[in-house]
Formats: sequence, structure tokens, C-alpha cells
Amino acid sequence: MPESSLQAEAFQLEDIEIKLLLEGVFQHYGIDFRNYAPASLKRRIRECLIDEEVMTISGLQAKILHDPRCLKRFLLKLSINVTSMFRDPEFYLAFRTKVVPLLRTYPFVRIWHAGCSTGEEVYSMAILLQEEGLYRKCRIYATDINQDVLKKAREGIFPLAAMQEYTINYMKAGGKSFFSDYYTAQYDHVIFNSSLKANLIFSEHNLVTDGSFNEFHVVMCRNVMIYFNKTLQARVHDLIYESLSIFGVLGVGNKESLRFTTREAFYDELDREHRLYRKVR
Amino acid sequence: MSFRIVVAGASTGGLAAMQTLLPRLPQDFTLPFVVVQHRGKESGSGLCDLLQRCSNLPVSEPEDKELIEGGHVYLAPCDYHLLVEKGSFALSTESPVWFARPSINVLFESAADAYGEDVIGVLLTGANADGARGLAAIKARGGMTIVEEPSTAQAREMPDAALALIDVDRILPLPEIAPFLYSLNRAVGRG
Repeated sequence: MPESSLQAEAFQLEDIEIKLLLEGVFQHYGIDFRNYAPASLKRRIRECLIDEEVMTISGLQAKILHDPRCLKRFLLKLSINVTSMFRDPEFYLAFRTKVVPLLRTYPFVRIWHAGCSTGEEVYSMAILLQEEGLYRKCRIYATDINQDVLKKAREGIFPLAAMQEYTINYMKAGGKSFFSDYYTAQYDHVIFNSSLKANLIFSEHNLVTDGSFNEFHVVMCRNVMIYFNKTLQARVHDLIYESLSIFGVLGVGNKESLRFTTREAFYDELDREHRLYRKVR
Repeated sequence: MSFRIVVAGASTGGLAAMQTLLPRLPQDFTLPFVVVQHRGKESGSGLCDLLQRCSNLPVSEPEDKELIEGGHVYLAPCDYHLLVEKGSFALSTESPVWFARPSINVLFESAADAYGEDVIGVLLTGANADGARGLAAIKARGGMTIVEEPSTAQAREMPDAALALIDVDRILPLPEIAPFLYSLNRAVGRG
């Protein structure tokens, strides 16, 4: 057999092994990655091979199925998405000018951060709401599939080295104070003020399998659905739609849109460029 | 041979390289041309506008799940990795790879996975080693690999790194890359 067709078979086998791995994780642990976007999933699985020092995905599968600690590392690998405070500062600026005035009209505001990862964007929102004098009447429900990242988010401790970038973002996002007023530095980390945590509720929620758990005035789900395939995206859009009150606001990532989804007709664009939508029917 | 997609990567000197390459792709070029150009997080859409000014083909930054169309130039948005799947784009905010997001390797490897031997990979000027591993992945799948002749590159480290790693199919001076791509595209057209 020529070398090239041998290689082609090896790549086909890799795809089969990935399917089997995901099916095994689902059947044994009930955690469903089968509808994740394939390209980035494949990258992470290949990185796991190196981390776990196994030669094949079948080898990784055996390790994950028989060793819950290996599963834990695998889950962490799949759920950490690198984010930053005030990521895309212009989005937060648009939130201040377009969404904050709407929120002022409510006696009480419930916000859901779906897929909050380590919490950088949740703390950003808390700071923004505090500066707008709204935080007292807000509850921010921040959820993620992974307990380990939620633990980090709950602590509100971030590396000191990141603060220079975050300070610039904060100012571009229309920050009204000194960013350093919001944290205390200790060694090479900073801890954010406990007043910011007062109205944050972190809890485990799986967008793949769990249902709606409250009615919200705002849902933030930025750069989360990019890791899902279209089937799963449609499910999550249904879930978000059901969880929003009428005239509630949805914020997604700046390269995501409702354009290719079944829910497009149910929203108006509140800010086209910054991907803020309002549920109108 | 029937190529279905071109993926290209550039870093330092990439804007000038694109301004040489893109005008030489005529309007009847029918393959999608996907570009990763290393740039800062806050660089916005200015680069897209600059490239559009010198391109005969429409230039845009793809959204997540956008369908890949032929005769179109796609520029990876800043601060995301751009990946291709069969027929559509996917974005990711995973960690930068070798300090780069978008990363050339990430785009190239995903193209090799999704399109196998139907990929043409083009590595241009740059002052780091991104792209070499991705080009190797394209080569391993039987795709076509092209590297800019290092002496014509504003920064030769990136082409040199690829040449050190693999036996590429073509080493071409910058002005000859677009005509060669066009000839490959025409060959496909004749079937």
C-alpha cells in the first residue's frame, strides 16, 4: 500500500477514535461533548495526548474511562477558554449606553452569564453595574459546566500581571474610576473587592443537558457557542430564548450572530456592531 | 488534483506581502483564500479595509459558522483563532499558540484535517516560526505546500523555519505566488 493511503487511513482512524471517546465519556459519565464543534475539539484532544503521555486516542479513552482524575483533567482542558476582563471594551461601552438605560426602568434585574469560565467577564459586569448605581438591585447568576473553573471564579483572584491590560480595557470600556480601586494586590495576584461579589451567584449548569432555571432580563453568552456545532447551538438558543423575559437583552461574542439561527426572527438588533439583541416576540 | 481551499499565513511584513499578492488574483479566481495575519488584539477591522482596497475579490472577516465561499478572501479576526471545518468556519478563544492568536498553525492544521489533499498552504514573510508545523500537517495529508522565497521576504525567519522542517512543493518569489495559485485554480477548472 502506498505511503499516502496508509496515512489517509491513519487520519480516518483518528476520527473514529474521537467518536468512540466522546461516546464512551457520554455513556459512562453522562457528559456529552458529541455536539461540540469538531475542529477545536480535535485540537484539544490532541493536546491531551501529549499531556497524558499516551500515543493514541484509544489509549486516552482507556485512561479517561478507568481513572476519574484523568477525566477531571480532560474536562478542565475542554472547558477553559481564555478570556479577559472587559474583553472587547467597545462591547461594554455599548452595554453602558444601550442596555443600562433599559435596566434603570426595572425594580429588580436578573442577569445570567452562561458559560462564565473563570469569571473575568462576570466581575467586569459587576464593576460596570456598580459604577452605574445599579448593582444593588441586580443579581448576576454565573454558570459553567465545570466545577474547577467555578471555584476559581468564586475566589475572584487573578494574576497581577494581567492588570495592566485589564486597566486599559477598563478605561476603553468607559470606566469611571481607577481600576485599581477594585482590587487588592497580594504577591503576584490580586483579589477583587468583596462588595463586587455580594450579588454574584456561581453555580453549575450544563448548556448541553440542563434546562432553564429562571427568567432573566439579560443573558450574556459570549464566545461560548462557538465551541458547539449547529445542532447544539440551536438547542442553546432555544434555552436562552425561554430564559429571557420579553424585551430582555442577549449579548453574544463579536463574531457570533443570530444570522444563521432559528431564533433570529424573535429578536431585534439593539446594537448591530456589538452584538446586542432584544427579545421582541 | 482538485484543490478546494487556499490557506495563507503571514506575520511581520505581511501587509506589504498581501498588497503584492492580492491584486494578482483576478476576479475569476474561484477558490476561497483564507488568511491569518498576526496582529494585535485591538487592531479592529482596519486591516480588512486595507486589503479590500487592493483586492479584486471581496474581503471579509468571517463569523462563527459562516459558510466558506469560493472567490472570496477571508481574514482571520483579531484575538480569535480561525479554524475551518468542512464547508464552514469556526472560531476559538483558546490560548494563543506561540504568543499568536490568530495562529497560522491552528488554521493550517484544521484545513488539513477538513480538506486533506485538497488544501494549498502558503507561508509568507514573518519573524517567528509559526506556520511551519501547520504546513507540515498539510504536506502529511497530501496537500500542496508553497513557501515564499526567503530572499524576497521582508522577514525570512518564517519561510526559513518551514524550509528547515519539511520538503515543500514550491519555493516562489512573492510576485509569482498569485499567478501560480491562479494556474492551479485554472487546472481545477479544466478538470
